[in-house]
Amino acid sequence: MKKLLVANRGEIACRIFRSCRALGLSSVAVYSEADAASAHRLAADEAVLIGPAPARDSYLQVEKVIEAARQTGADAVHPGYGFLSENAGFAESVIAAGLTWIGPDPQSIRDMGDKQRARQIAEDAGVPVVPGSRRFEPGDLDGLQEAAEAVGYPLLVKAAGGGGGIGMRRVDAPGKLEETVVATQSMAQKSFSNGAVFLERFVPKARHVEIQVFGFGDGRAIHLFERDCSLQRRFQKVIEEARAPGLPDEVARAMAEAAVRLCEATRYSGAGTVEFIVDAESFAFFFLEMNTRIQVEHPVTEMITGRDLVAMQIDLARGSLTAFPQTEIGARGHAIECRIYAEDPAKMFMPAPGPLTIFHPPVDMANVRVDSGYREGDTVTPFYDPMIAKLIAHGGTREEARRTALAALAAFRIDGIRNNRTFLMACLEDGDFVRGDVHTGFIDAHRTRLLAA
Amino acid sequence: MAIVEVKTEITGNVWKIERVVGDEVGEDEPILILESMKMEIPVSAPESGEIVEILVEEGQTVTEGTVVARIKA
Repeated sequence: MKKLLVANRGEIACRIFRSCRALGLSSVAVYSEADAASAHRLAADEAVLIGPAPARDSYLQVEKVIEAARQTGADAVHPGYGFLSENAGFAESVIAAGLTWIGPDPQSIRDMGDKQRARQIAEDAGVPVVPGSRRFEPGDLDGLQEAAEAVGYPLLVKAAGGGGGIGMRRVDAPGKLEETVVATQSMAQKSFSNGAVFLERFVPKARHVEIQVFGFGDGRAIHLFERDCSLQRRFQKVIEEARAPGLPDEVARAMAEAAVRLCEATRYSGAGTVEFIVDAESFAFFFLEMNTRIQVEHPVTEMITGRDLVAMQIDLARGSLTAFPQTEIGARGHAIECRIYAEDPAKMFMPAPGPLTIFHPPVDMANVRVDSGYREGDTVTPFYDPMIAKLIAHGGTREEARRTALAALAAFRIDGIRNNRTFLMACLEDGDFVRGDVHTGFIDAHRTRLLAA
Repeated sequence: MAIVEVKTEITGNVWKIERVVGDEVGEDEPILILESMKMEIPVSAPESGEIVEILVEEGQTVTEGTVVARIKA
């Protein structure tokens, strides 16, 4: 491997180019017309224009990306995250073109991309999934109480034909079960012309905790500890940390072991993330999905382990990484990542594209890392995602990392566009966050006080 | 009969124009949909009335505060 093409843009493209330089590889960027003057284009040794601004006409064009590799003599492709990174067809096209694909086997991408199949594979590997029951058609209540006991309370009665929260009712105790099931069946029959319902465990106060894994492709795999990504708005992560605050060691260990089992069973190759929903009270955990790519929040893991995950991906793909045991991975201190978005927290986090008239990341602070694909004077366009920078702080303890993140956010100067910098500071200063009382409803539940801070 | 301007609240690309000149629209009914940073955001009528003008085309980039349509309220 001599020349690597990154099929992506923004901060992740810049970050992958950094690892290319460290490994002595030359680099190729692809860019759209909207990104002609962007940081990622200039960060690469060569760059190829692949189409107009909309992603579907440029960054999602498989043939144009492969043609750019051919044209520049690149012999490997890294997909980053988003765009084509979890497109098995793209991975196959890269391989068919005789290029090295930096990512898992296309079959792993396909298996994990199908929710039902992923759940089955996880179950087969002995990874806990959210308990659910069989379907109950109208008039059928056979073994209902036993099924509910097996699922556990509180539970949701869900219409099989429903979705997006419609046709769901909560039951906290056996006494209300039967009447709720009958009522939901009748409602479902009217609303969806399908009266079938099923039971599923409900987690009232949930945390999103994920395990960073790395598979060597030969049935061996390791983990690089967990990340807590509970602070979200509109199902998008805002603040992530490693390790997960207040998560008992034995729970973290059991989750990591389950994630490694999944990778071993599927002979997983490269970096991946196994996502779990965790009950914030009981610490019961259930498999959500597996992401077969590098994640946005991978730097918190790099900060605590001292490993370069992208370099590991590249080394594995080029055959220069041999499997090593779990004992070689250690965790030191705590890291917190804040995603700085071009958005208006006061207006329901509406996107706020525009010119970055001032953009001064706190680059000279100790224990602070800033990953960004923007520079002062750039324009944040409406064509791509709103993340303009990731600020990652490391500390010996969570409190140290939190204070460093706060100081770095305070020193980060951004002007010209509305952004969530002060909102992030309010999150970090919130009493519940300080105590480690994080859960997926945190931002919605505390919105008013976070905006007033 | 007042002419009311329909303005965008954000910068984005006009993704879909859902109504035509001459249509009657109710208050808060979407006239067009913007696409910005992977989100779809409707631009709705501030008051009910008849659309008398649509000033943008699909695919066009509009900045915050652009008048995209006029309504006879």
